[in-house]
Amino acid sequence: MTITQSLFYFLAFVAIFSSLLVVTAKNPIHSVLYLILTFFTLTGEYILLNAQFIGIVNIIVYAGAIMVLFLFVIMLLNLNVESEPQKTNLMKFIGIITGGIGLVVLTAALKSTDPSNTVVIQEVDMGLVKNLGQVLFKEFLLPFEIVSILFLSAMVGAVLLARKETK
Amino acid sequence: MENITNAITLVPLNHYILLSSIIFFIGIIGVLTRRNAIIVFMSIELMLNAVNLLLTAFSAYRGDAAGQVFVFFIMAVAAAEVAVGLAIIVMIYRNNNSIDIDLLNKLKN
Repeated sequence: MTITQSLFYFLAFVAIFSSLLVVTAKNPIHSVLYLILTFFTLTGEYILLNAQFIGIVNIIVYAGAIMVLFLFVIMLLNLNVESEPQKTNLMKFIGIITGGIGLVVLTAALKSTDPSNTVVIQEVDMGLVKNLGQVLFKEFLLPFEIVSILFLSAMVGAVLLARKETK
Repeated sequence: MENITNAITLVPLNHYILLSSIIFFIGIIGVLTRRNAIIVFMSIELMLNAVNLLLTAFSAYRGDAAGQVFVFFIMAVAAAEVAVGLAIIVMIYRNNNSIDIDLLNKLKN
């Protein structure tokens, strides 16, 4: 067991554990904080895969921007109460069984495939900003520009939706 | 840089797939069992992140940079989706004084 291997399994364990806590925590604020922990462990996994650009963007976009939005909404709406209405136990049971069956099916399908090779990183500097920038601005230039239009329309839509109705 | 690459060669790809599917299905269970709209939304973020991890693992496995560019686009779309979705949640809260998703059945009748 090398140090990378044990780091991978440790991060995987923390990610699964904290994502379970996201789903089960009573208080929404705790859910948000556990979700941030999950994002940090996933960033660790990206760095283990030598995908440094994705790791940094994950921290900046997810743990930074998106989770701040979540925290703002929870605090503005004053939702940090633990007396949230719960689903009935039957509905919870059905939901867990449904998700569990899906997981079992996927895992069984995975079992029936050939045992996979280990992840060998083919090109060392593939995940670095320099290389990804080349790919992004050469092969994926049109999608990149379309994403900027998407952002503009999302911004307009968010402002329009969240604005108070004036009659 | 060389010693980093040599050290990574020991985790099988199957374990990445398994980790991603476990996180994805935790997200699905969260969507199915919670009534708080914000937590449902966070479960969706969890599912998106599981897919991102899987794409990155495949991209590193195949040595193809396109997978990581896709992850970048998924993150951009997720950011736009969160902005619009939270605006919708704020609007629902203003109309209903609650973000319980079981109250959102007005289209049923």
